[in-house]
Amino acid sequence: MSRLIAAALIGAIFGLGLVISGMTLPAKVIGFLDFAGDWDPALGFVMVGAIGVHMSTRWLVLRRDGPVMGDAFPAGLPTQIDRRLLIGAALFGLGWGLAGYCPGPAIVSVGVGGAKAWLFVGTMILGMALSRARS
Amino acid sequence: MSLIDSVPPLIGGALIGLASTLLLLVHGRIAGISSICGGVLSPGTADWLWRFAFIVGLVLTGFIAFQQMPEAFEYGVDRSYGAVAAAGLLVGIGTTIGSGCTSGHGVCGISRMSKRSVLATMTFMATGAIAAFVVNQLLGGAV
Repeated sequence: MSRLIAAALIGAIFGLGLVISGMTLPAKVIGFLDFAGDWDPALGFVMVGAIGVHMSTRWLVLRRDGPVMGDAFPAGLPTQIDRRLLIGAALFGLGWGLAGYCPGPAIVSVGVGGAKAWLFVGTMILGMALSRARS
Repeated sequence: MSLIDSVPPLIGGALIGLASTLLLLVHGRIAGISSICGGVLSPGTADWLWRFAFIVGLVLTGFIAFQQMPEAFEYGVDRSYGAVAAAGLLVGIGTTIGSGCTSGHGVCGISRMSKRSVLATMTFMATGAIAAFVVNQLLGGAV
């Protein structure tokens, strides 16, 4: 049970970070991606903050023998660079730039962001289910 | 953009990085939202419950944050329902076959200096920029 409460709390911190940073504003996300237009670089600082904190703290965690409430740290993560990776990332980016939502901000917005957030999350889950079923 | 505009993204980003470290510390898992969300579609696996709880945390945060700052959730661009539906499909399919999104590849992958994630991030940033360019510059900002 404590493992689930911890997961919900960590999800809440993650979600709060998305809201504060402006990632739940599709217009701002598209403004960040539109280099050729009136480029808004602000969201680049989300990456700076997130990578800065995670990169500088994860090695401390990995000095432990294992996670506090889990079995083991991730091992054998994929390293291959193949067509699936690049085609998948390319399709994801097209959808991201088209609607201004990536998965996290869309899920945070699902209850409050109106019909478009609902629709986006619905078809995103459909897309996940379809491609999981195929592979 | 003035200097002050970079503060909320920096603070928000720091919270995202902190949450990613906490998930590694407590659960020993990588905070990739598309994988967590996709994993919820496979009930009965060992990771199902915590993934579900994580998603509940995300959604509840949305509800609470909306009470304080509804302006943080404005859609703000001119997109038809058809375009939004197509975008959701592309994101769902793309993150599944590409094994990650902005969080899993962009934050966690780059933080561990994975070449695979750096390339994935460069790819989705590039095609995201192409989509934004086509819609804003060639189609007049509405689709």
